[in-house]
Amino acid sequence: MDDLFVRITTRMILPFIQIYGLYVIIHGHLSPGGAFSGGSIFAASIVLYTLAYGLKPGQKRLPHHISSKIETGGILFFILIGLIGVALGYTFLTNQEAGFPMGEIGRVLSAGLIPVVTFALGLKVMSTVVTLFHTMMEEE
Amino acid sequence: MQILNVFLVIFLIVAAIMVERTKDLLSAVIIFTSYSLMMALLWLLLRAPDVAMTEAAIGAGITTNLFVVVISRTRRTEK
Amino acid sequence: MRKIFTFIMLGGLLVVLLSSISELPPMGNGDNPSFNEISEYYIDEGVEDTHAPNLITAIITDYRAFDTLGEATVLFTGIAAVVSLIGITHHSKNKEDEEDDLHG
Repeated sequence: MDDLFVRITTRMILPFIQIYGLYVIIHGHLSPGGAFSGGSIFAASIVLYTLAYGLKPGQKRLPHHISSKIETGGILFFILIGLIGVALGYTFLTNQEAGFPMGEIGRVLSAGLIPVVTFALGLKVMSTVVTLFHTMMEEE
Repeated sequence: MQILNVFLVIFLIVAAIMVERTKDLLSAVIIFTSYSLMMALLWLLLRAPDVAMTEAAIGAGITTNLFVVVISRTRRTEK
Repeated sequence: MRKIFTFIMLGGLLVVLLSSISELPPMGNGDNPSFNEISEYYIDEGVEDTHAPNLITAIITDYRAFDTLGEATVLFTGIAAVVSLIGITHHSKNKEDEEDDLHG
Protein backbone atom coordinates (compact mmCIF):
# COMPACT_ATOMS: atom_id res chain seq x y z
CA MET A 1 0.00 0.00 0.00
CA ASP A 2 1.69 3.19 -1.16
CA ASP A 3 -0.40 6.11 0.04
CA LEU A 4 1.09 9.29 1.50
CA PHE A 5 -1.91 10.22 3.65
CA VAL A 6 -2.16 6.78 5.19
CA ARG A 7 1.54 6.81 6.03
CA ILE A 8 1.55 10.28 7.61
CA THR A 9 -1.64 9.62 9.58
CA THR A 10 -0.20 6.32 10.78
CA ARG A 11 3.03 7.98 11.85
CA MET A 12 1.10 10.64 13.75
CA ILE A 13 -1.39 8.35 15.46
CA LEU A 14 0.96 5.45 16.28
CA PRO A 15 2.47 6.72 19.59
CA PHE A 16 -0.95 7.53 20.99
CA ILE A 17 -2.23 4.01 20.32
CA GLN A 18 0.89 2.47 21.87
CA ILE A 19 0.74 4.73 24.95
CA TYR A 20 -2.95 3.86 25.37
CA GLY A 21 -2.21 0.15 25.09
CA LEU A 22 0.55 0.37 27.70
CA TYR A 23 -1.77 2.42 29.93
CA VAL A 24 -4.50 -0.23 29.72
CA ILE A 25 -1.98 -2.99 30.53
CA ILE A 26 -0.29 -1.19 33.45
CA HIS A 27 -3.52 0.10 35.00
CA GLY A 28 -5.18 -3.29 34.56
CA HIS A 29 -5.90 -3.68 38.28
CA LEU A 30 -7.25 -0.14 38.72
CA SER A 31 -9.42 0.65 35.69
CA PRO A 32 -11.35 -1.42 33.14
CA GLY A 33 -9.11 -3.40 30.86
CA GLY A 34 -6.32 -5.81 31.48
CA ALA A 35 -3.90 -8.07 29.73
CA PHE A 36 -6.03 -9.19 26.81
CA SER A 37 -7.57 -5.85 25.82
CA GLY A 38 -4.34 -3.89 26.34
CA GLY A 39 -2.24 -6.41 24.48
CA SER A 40 -4.61 -6.45 21.53
CA ILE A 41 -4.68 -2.62 21.41
CA PHE A 42 -0.87 -2.57 21.37
CA ALA A 43 -0.83 -5.27 18.68
CA ALA A 44 -3.31 -3.27 16.60
CA SER A 45 -0.78 -0.42 16.41
CA ILE A 46 1.90 -2.69 14.92
CA VAL A 47 -0.65 -4.25 12.57
CA LEU A 48 -1.54 -0.73 11.41
CA TYR A 49 2.15 0.06 10.88
CA THR A 50 2.60 -3.11 8.80
CA LEU A 51 -0.46 -2.28 6.72
CA ALA A 52 0.72 1.25 5.99
CA TYR A 53 4.44 0.66 5.45
CA GLY A 54 4.61 -2.90 4.12
CA LEU A 55 5.84 -6.17 5.53
CA LYS A 56 9.59 -5.55 5.62
CA PRO A 57 9.54 -2.41 7.88
CA GLY A 58 6.85 -4.03 10.03
CA GLN A 59 9.04 -7.08 10.57
CA LYS A 60 11.95 -4.76 11.33
CA ARG A 61 9.76 -3.12 14.02
CA LEU A 62 9.14 -6.48 15.73
CA PRO A 63 11.30 -9.29 14.26
CA HIS A 64 10.23 -12.89 14.38
CA HIS A 65 12.93 -14.14 16.74
CA ILE A 66 12.17 -11.41 19.31
CA SER A 67 8.41 -12.00 19.18
CA SER A 68 8.85 -15.75 19.62
CA LYS A 69 11.09 -15.13 22.63
CA ILE A 70 8.45 -12.78 24.13
CA GLU A 71 5.86 -15.45 23.42
CA THR A 72 7.60 -18.25 25.31
CA GLY A 73 9.10 -15.91 27.91
CA GLY A 74 5.72 -14.52 28.94
CA ILE A 75 4.16 -17.87 29.68
CA LEU A 76 7.32 -19.22 31.37
CA PHE A 77 7.46 -16.08 33.55
CA PHE A 78 3.83 -16.66 34.52
CA ILE A 79 4.57 -20.26 35.54
CA LEU A 80 7.72 -19.24 37.47
CA ILE A 81 5.79 -16.56 39.39
CA GLY A 82 3.25 -19.23 40.26
CA LEU A 83 5.97 -21.63 41.40
CA ILE A 84 7.20 -19.06 43.97
CA GLY A 85 4.04 -19.77 45.94
CA VAL A 86 4.69 -23.53 45.74
CA ALA A 87 8.31 -23.06 46.89
CA LEU A 88 7.19 -21.10 49.96
CA GLY A 89 4.73 -23.80 50.96
CA TYR A 90 1.44 -22.45 49.61
CA THR A 91 -0.66 -23.33 46.57
CA PHE A 92 0.13 -22.48 42.94
CA LEU A 93 -0.12 -18.72 42.20
CA THR A 94 -0.61 -17.56 45.79
CA ASN A 95 -0.73 -13.78 46.07
CA GLN A 96 -0.98 -12.29 49.53
CA GLU A 97 0.17 -15.13 51.78
CA ALA A 98 3.33 -15.72 49.73
CA GLY A 99 4.69 -12.33 50.75
CA PHE A 100 4.31 -10.26 47.58
CA PRO A 101 4.36 -6.54 48.47
CA MET A 102 0.72 -5.52 48.50
CA GLY A 103 1.06 -1.75 48.79
CA GLU A 104 -1.71 0.80 49.14
CA ILE A 105 -5.11 0.30 47.51
CA GLY A 106 -5.46 2.41 44.39
CA ARG A 107 -1.79 2.92 43.60
CA VAL A 108 -0.17 1.60 40.42
CA LEU A 109 2.50 -0.32 42.36
CA SER A 110 0.21 -2.41 44.51
CA ALA A 111 -1.73 -5.68 44.52
CA GLY A 112 1.31 -7.95 44.60
CA LEU A 113 1.51 -10.31 41.65
CA ILE A 114 -1.42 -8.91 39.64
CA PRO A 115 0.44 -6.13 37.71
CA VAL A 116 3.41 -8.43 37.04
CA VAL A 117 1.22 -11.18 35.63
CA THR A 118 -0.85 -8.66 33.66
CA PHE A 119 2.28 -7.17 32.08
CA ALA A 120 3.67 -10.58 31.07
CA LEU A 121 0.32 -11.70 29.67
CA GLY A 122 -0.17 -8.44 27.79
CA LEU A 123 3.22 -8.75 26.07
CA LYS A 124 2.38 -12.35 25.21
CA VAL A 125 -1.00 -11.48 23.66
CA MET A 126 0.66 -8.67 21.69
CA SER A 127 3.36 -10.91 20.26
CA THR A 128 0.79 -13.64 19.48
CA VAL A 129 -1.38 -11.35 17.37
CA VAL A 130 1.59 -9.72 15.62
CA THR A 131 3.18 -13.10 14.82
CA LEU A 132 -0.13 -14.38 13.46
CA PHE A 133 -0.50 -11.33 11.23
CA HIS A 134 3.09 -11.37 9.96
CA THR A 135 2.94 -15.09 9.24
CA MET A 136 -0.22 -14.61 7.18
CA MET A 137 1.22 -11.59 5.38
CA GLU A 138 4.36 -13.38 4.21
CA GLU A 139 4.66 -13.81 0.47
CA GLU A 140 4.77 -17.32 -0.86
CA MET B 1 -32.05 3.89 26.39
CA GLN B 2 -34.49 1.03 25.84
CA ILE B 3 -35.08 2.20 22.26
CA LEU B 4 -31.31 2.28 21.61
CA ASN B 5 -30.97 -1.27 22.93
CA VAL B 6 -33.79 -2.53 20.72
CA PHE B 7 -32.31 -0.74 17.70
CA LEU B 8 -28.87 -2.26 18.32
CA VAL B 9 -30.25 -5.79 18.71
CA ILE B 10 -32.30 -5.46 15.51
CA PHE B 11 -29.19 -4.16 13.72
CA LEU B 12 -27.24 -7.17 15.02
CA ILE B 13 -29.80 -9.63 13.65
CA VAL B 14 -29.95 -7.86 10.27
CA ALA B 15 -26.14 -7.74 10.05
CA ALA B 16 -25.83 -11.43 10.92
CA ILE B 17 -28.33 -12.38 8.21
CA MET B 18 -26.58 -10.09 5.69
CA VAL B 19 -23.17 -11.67 6.44
CA GLU B 20 -24.65 -15.04 5.59
CA ARG B 21 -26.43 -13.85 2.45
CA THR B 22 -23.63 -11.79 0.87
CA LYS B 23 -21.72 -13.53 -1.94
CA ASP B 24 -18.87 -11.02 -2.05
CA LEU B 25 -16.59 -12.04 0.80
CA LEU B 26 -14.96 -8.62 1.23
CA SER B 27 -18.37 -6.97 1.71
CA ALA B 28 -19.26 -9.73 4.17
CA VAL B 29 -16.12 -8.94 6.18
CA ILE B 30 -17.01 -5.23 6.30
CA ILE B 31 -20.55 -6.05 7.45
CA PHE B 32 -19.03 -8.32 10.09
CA THR B 33 -16.90 -5.40 11.28
CA SER B 34 -19.99 -3.24 11.76
CA TYR B 35 -21.54 -6.19 13.62
CA SER B 36 -18.54 -6.21 15.97
CA LEU B 37 -18.76 -2.45 16.55
CA MET B 38 -22.45 -2.69 17.41
CA MET B 39 -21.63 -5.61 19.70
CA ALA B 40 -19.02 -3.46 21.48
CA LEU B 41 -21.61 -0.70 21.99
CA LEU B 42 -24.02 -3.28 23.35
CA TRP B 43 -21.41 -4.57 25.82
CA LEU B 44 -20.89 -0.97 26.94
CA LEU B 45 -24.62 -0.56 27.53
CA LEU B 46 -24.58 -3.83 29.52
CA ARG B 47 -21.93 -2.21 31.82
CA ALA B 48 -19.05 -4.45 30.81
CA PRO B 49 -16.48 -1.90 29.60
CA ASP B 50 -13.51 -4.28 29.55
CA VAL B 51 -15.33 -6.75 27.30
CA ALA B 52 -16.32 -3.80 25.11
CA MET B 53 -12.67 -2.74 24.78
CA THR B 54 -11.58 -6.27 23.90
CA GLU B 55 -14.39 -6.64 21.37
CA ALA B 56 -13.57 -3.31 19.72
CA ALA B 57 -9.86 -4.09 19.48
CA ILE B 58 -10.00 -7.75 18.48
CA GLY B 59 -13.37 -8.08 16.74
CA ALA B 60 -13.38 -4.83 14.80
CA GLY B 61 -9.65 -4.31 14.35
CA ILE B 62 -7.58 -7.44 14.12
CA THR B 63 -10.13 -9.99 12.92
CA THR B 64 -11.00 -7.73 9.98
CA ASN B 65 -7.34 -7.42 9.01
CA LEU B 66 -6.81 -11.17 9.23
CA PHE B 67 -9.89 -11.87 7.10
CA VAL B 68 -8.81 -9.32 4.49
CA VAL B 69 -5.32 -10.86 4.32
CA VAL B 70 -6.78 -14.35 3.92
CA ILE B 71 -9.16 -13.11 1.18
CA SER B 72 -6.26 -11.49 -0.65
CA ARG B 73 -4.49 -14.86 -0.52
CA THR B 74 -7.52 -16.80 -1.88
CA ARG B 75 -10.63 -15.96 -3.92
CA ARG B 76 -12.81 -12.92 -3.35
CA THR B 77 -16.22 -14.35 -4.28
CA GLU B 78 -18.01 -17.31 -2.83
CA LYS B 79 -18.39 -20.29 -5.14
CA MET C 1 -41.65 -32.99 1.36
CA ARG C 2 -38.20 -32.43 2.73
CA LYS C 3 -38.73 -28.66 2.83
CA ILE C 4 -42.01 -29.01 4.72
CA PHE C 5 -40.33 -31.31 7.24
CA THR C 6 -37.50 -28.78 7.72
CA PHE C 7 -39.96 -25.94 8.25
CA ILE C 8 -41.91 -27.96 10.80
CA MET C 9 -38.74 -28.79 12.72
CA LEU C 10 -37.50 -25.18 12.67
CA GLY C 11 -40.91 -23.87 13.72
CA GLY C 12 -40.98 -26.28 16.64
CA LEU C 13 -37.51 -25.16 17.68
CA LEU C 14 -38.60 -21.51 17.44
CA VAL C 15 -41.66 -22.15 19.65
CA VAL C 16 -39.52 -23.97 22.24
CA LEU C 17 -36.87 -21.23 22.33
CA LEU C 18 -39.39 -18.38 22.50
CA SER C 19 -41.35 -20.06 25.29
CA SER C 20 -38.15 -20.63 27.26
CA ILE C 21 -37.10 -16.99 26.91
CA SER C 22 -40.15 -15.85 28.88
CA GLU C 23 -39.16 -18.21 31.72
CA LEU C 24 -35.64 -16.76 32.08
CA PRO C 25 -34.96 -14.68 35.20
CA PRO C 26 -34.57 -10.93 34.53
CA MET C 27 -31.05 -9.70 33.80
CA GLY C 28 -29.11 -8.34 36.78
CA ASN C 29 -31.71 -9.33 39.37
CA GLY C 30 -30.50 -9.99 42.90
CA ASP C 31 -32.54 -13.19 43.25
CA ASN C 32 -30.93 -14.89 40.25
CA PRO C 33 -29.35 -18.32 40.76
CA SER C 34 -26.03 -16.96 39.53
CA PHE C 35 -25.92 -14.45 42.39
CA ASN C 36 -24.89 -16.79 45.19
CA GLU C 37 -22.51 -16.70 48.14
CA ILE C 38 -19.40 -16.90 45.92
CA SER C 39 -20.10 -13.58 44.21
CA GLU C 40 -21.08 -12.12 47.58
CA TYR C 41 -17.72 -13.20 48.95
CA TYR C 42 -15.89 -11.66 45.98
CA ILE C 43 -17.72 -8.35 46.33
CA ASP C 44 -17.22 -8.18 50.10
CA GLU C 45 -13.65 -9.48 50.50
CA GLY C 46 -12.09 -9.04 47.06
CA VAL C 47 -10.49 -5.65 47.69
CA GLU C 48 -9.15 -6.80 51.06
CA ASP C 49 -7.70 -10.01 49.61
CA THR C 50 -6.05 -8.64 46.49
CA HIS C 51 -5.79 -4.82 47.01
CA ALA C 52 -7.09 -4.33 43.45
CA PRO C 53 -10.13 -2.07 42.94
CA ASN C 54 -10.93 -3.63 39.55
CA LEU C 55 -12.72 -6.77 40.65
CA ILE C 56 -12.65 -8.48 37.25
CA THR C 57 -8.86 -8.38 37.02
CA ALA C 58 -8.67 -9.49 40.65
CA ILE C 59 -10.74 -12.55 39.79
CA ILE C 60 -9.05 -13.52 36.52
CA THR C 61 -5.45 -13.02 37.69
CA ASP C 62 -5.68 -13.90 41.37
CA TYR C 63 -8.61 -16.13 42.31
CA ARG C 64 -8.81 -17.83 38.92
CA ALA C 65 -5.20 -17.41 37.81
CA PHE C 66 -4.89 -21.05 36.85
CA ASP C 67 -7.70 -20.61 34.31
CA THR C 68 -5.80 -17.66 32.86
CA LEU C 69 -2.75 -19.90 32.52
CA GLY C 70 -4.93 -22.30 30.51
CA GLU C 71 -6.12 -19.40 28.36
CA ALA C 72 -2.52 -18.39 27.65
CA THR C 73 -1.77 -22.01 26.75
CA VAL C 74 -4.64 -21.95 24.26
CA LEU C 75 -3.11 -18.85 22.62
CA PHE C 76 0.29 -20.53 22.54
CA THR C 77 -1.11 -23.71 20.97
CA GLY C 78 -2.99 -21.72 18.35
CA ILE C 79 0.00 -19.67 17.25
CA ALA C 80 2.22 -22.79 17.24
CA ALA C 81 -0.29 -24.53 14.95
CA VAL C 82 -0.50 -21.55 12.57
CA VAL C 83 3.28 -21.10 12.34
CA SER C 84 3.88 -24.81 11.82
CA LEU C 85 1.21 -24.95 9.08
CA ILE C 86 2.03 -21.77 7.15
CA GLY C 87 5.70 -21.35 8.04
CA ILE C 88 6.83 -24.79 6.87
CA THR C 89 6.09 -24.21 3.20
CA HIS C 90 7.85 -20.86 3.44
CA HIS C 91 11.04 -22.35 4.91
CA SER C 92 11.10 -25.36 2.60
CA LYS C 93 10.81 -23.04 -0.39
CA ASN C 94 13.75 -21.01 0.93
CA LYS C 95 15.80 -24.20 1.21
CA GLU C 96 14.99 -25.12 -2.40
CA ASP C 97 16.11 -21.67 -3.49
CA GLU C 98 19.38 -22.07 -1.63
CA GLU C 99 19.92 -25.49 -3.23
CA ASP C 100 19.23 -23.99 -6.64
CA ASP C 101 21.75 -21.31 -5.89
CA LEU C 102 24.29 -23.93 -4.87
CA HIS C 103 23.74 -26.03 -7.99
CA GLY C 104 23.50 -23.10 -10.36
